[in-house]
Amino acid sequence: MASYSTNEFKGGLKIMLDNDPCSIIENEFVKPGKGQAFSRVKIRNLKTGRVIERTFKSGESVEAADVVETDMQFLYYDGEFWHFMVPDTFEQYSAGENALGDAKMWLKDQDICTVTLWNGQPLSVMPPNFVELTITETDPGLKGDTSGGGGKPATLETGAVVRVPLFVQIGELIKVDTRKGEYVGRSKE
Amino acid sequence: MLGDQKSNCDSFWAPSCSLEVLQLRAQVYASIRAFFNSRCVLEVETPLLNQASGTEPTIQFFETHDQSRLKQQTLFLQTSPEFAMKRLLASGSGSIFQLAKAFRQGEVGRFHNPEFTLLEWYRIGFDLDALMNETADLLVHLLPSLAKQKTMKVTYQTIFNNAVGVDPLSASVTDFSIAAERFELPDAQSVCGQNRSAWLDFLFSCVVQPSLVSIPLVMVYDYPACQASLARLKENNPLVSERFEVFVSGVELGNGFYELSDPVEQRCRFDAEIAQREQSALPRAAKDQRLIAALEKGLPNCSGIALGIDRLLMLRAGVDDIAEVLSFGFERA
Repeated sequence: MASYSTNEFKGGLKIMLDNDPCSIIENEFVKPGKGQAFSRVKIRNLKTGRVIERTFKSGESVEAADVVETDMQFLYYDGEFWHFMVPDTFEQYSAGENALGDAKMWLKDQDICTVTLWNGQPLSVMPPNFVELTITETDPGLKGDTSGGGGKPATLETGAVVRVPLFVQIGELIKVDTRKGEYVGRSKE
Repeated sequence: MLGDQKSNCDSFWAPSCSLEVLQLRAQVYASIRAFFNSRCVLEVETPLLNQASGTEPTIQFFETHDQSRLKQQTLFLQTSPEFAMKRLLASGSGSIFQLAKAFRQGEVGRFHNPEFTLLEWYRIGFDLDALMNETADLLVHLLPSLAKQKTMKVTYQTIFNNAVGVDPLSASVTDFSIAAERFELPDAQSVCGQNRSAWLDFLFSCVVQPSLVSIPLVMVYDYPACQASLARLKENNPLVSERFEVFVSGVELGNGFYELSDPVEQRCRFDAEIAQREQSALPRAAKDQRLIAALEKGLPNCSGIALGIDRLLMLRAGVDDIAEVLSFGFERA
């Protein structure tokens, strides 16, 4: 397995730490002029998402993690696994609930997602930043209210719930920012 | 990834600092020269490429080879101009200063560039306190933010004890390790092991230094004897050495020594460091016999200090990455 020296640490580098794949967020080189050098590193555990801080002796080497991010199309959910395909190669991958996390609230067939593979297995799935979903349930708004102030909860076709303005109705297609889980607007389609 | 490299090539031709900072550097150099000129300190120049290297196990030199001769010769880029300047002092130069490039492998970060600029100067007849005062004068001269600020002087022992709650001179490795746990530094044990000096560096960098950020200008003196470097041990207290460091707003700017002039002691320290390098499987250092010969001839009593000029410019320009004060930071060099 390849490894990296702390001198090569930088944001985005994937390493193995305590048997888990991790991504380096930030590396701070610390060294008193005449003294020992250290690397203080902020790291995200890619399995749990937790961010931790670790210190390494400068020059220490750490095992690289075989982690790649690939854009894939979401095909379907079979009740247990979510299935994805690499558009160029037609290679297919199936991911379980752990890998999906919050992404499952936003995925609709054919959406292009970023799938993180660790040793060839899906580790996590990032939905597109914006998705378009149909409202399946929401209280009817008051007639004549077009201001959008206040808002109301609406359930989407995937089961996700977002706050929408009062004038938005069942059956409408809306655009949602998946990073914040927020309504952006009615879809033009 | 390839895309990245291409866009790097496209934009990395340009300087990493602004035109204003380029001008600021020129101004600061002129102020430094005026300061020493008015104090009759001679500006000198010494070779960057040398036959001997530094020996400190914590500083890694670049080496290169002269292949123009039948017998290939190894040469070293200086890690500091100290040895050559001391040879000048021994030859009777009087007080001297130099603005010089120094080179250290692997030192890359927000405050580090492998090639950097030092202002190094030596004052004949100065003790450490006199040099601390002159250093403060120069910094006030160069950093307008320090005008009318008080210079704080504090011993290493006091400042370490205040911040860490442990006496740096008498504490055991176990005491250091308990303190590290208290400050939630779980890797300290695996990083420092049984090495006292590493523990001091680690706790100083992670706990003491952050506590200095709110102090405009502080001189920390009486460094522990195990961190004497090229300073003399204190005559009346061999637990500490005649060394100080200067920090501005928590940024380490320089190291000053009441210089070791005893050739026997110098040789011992070189040999100990060379042995330590061997133990740690570091590249072999070439002991500077010419420095020892110069000390044997006689180094006048003097104090000397090296200041990191790039960091000083960072403070002056208010930027937080060293590349922003270099014409071309390491990535663009």
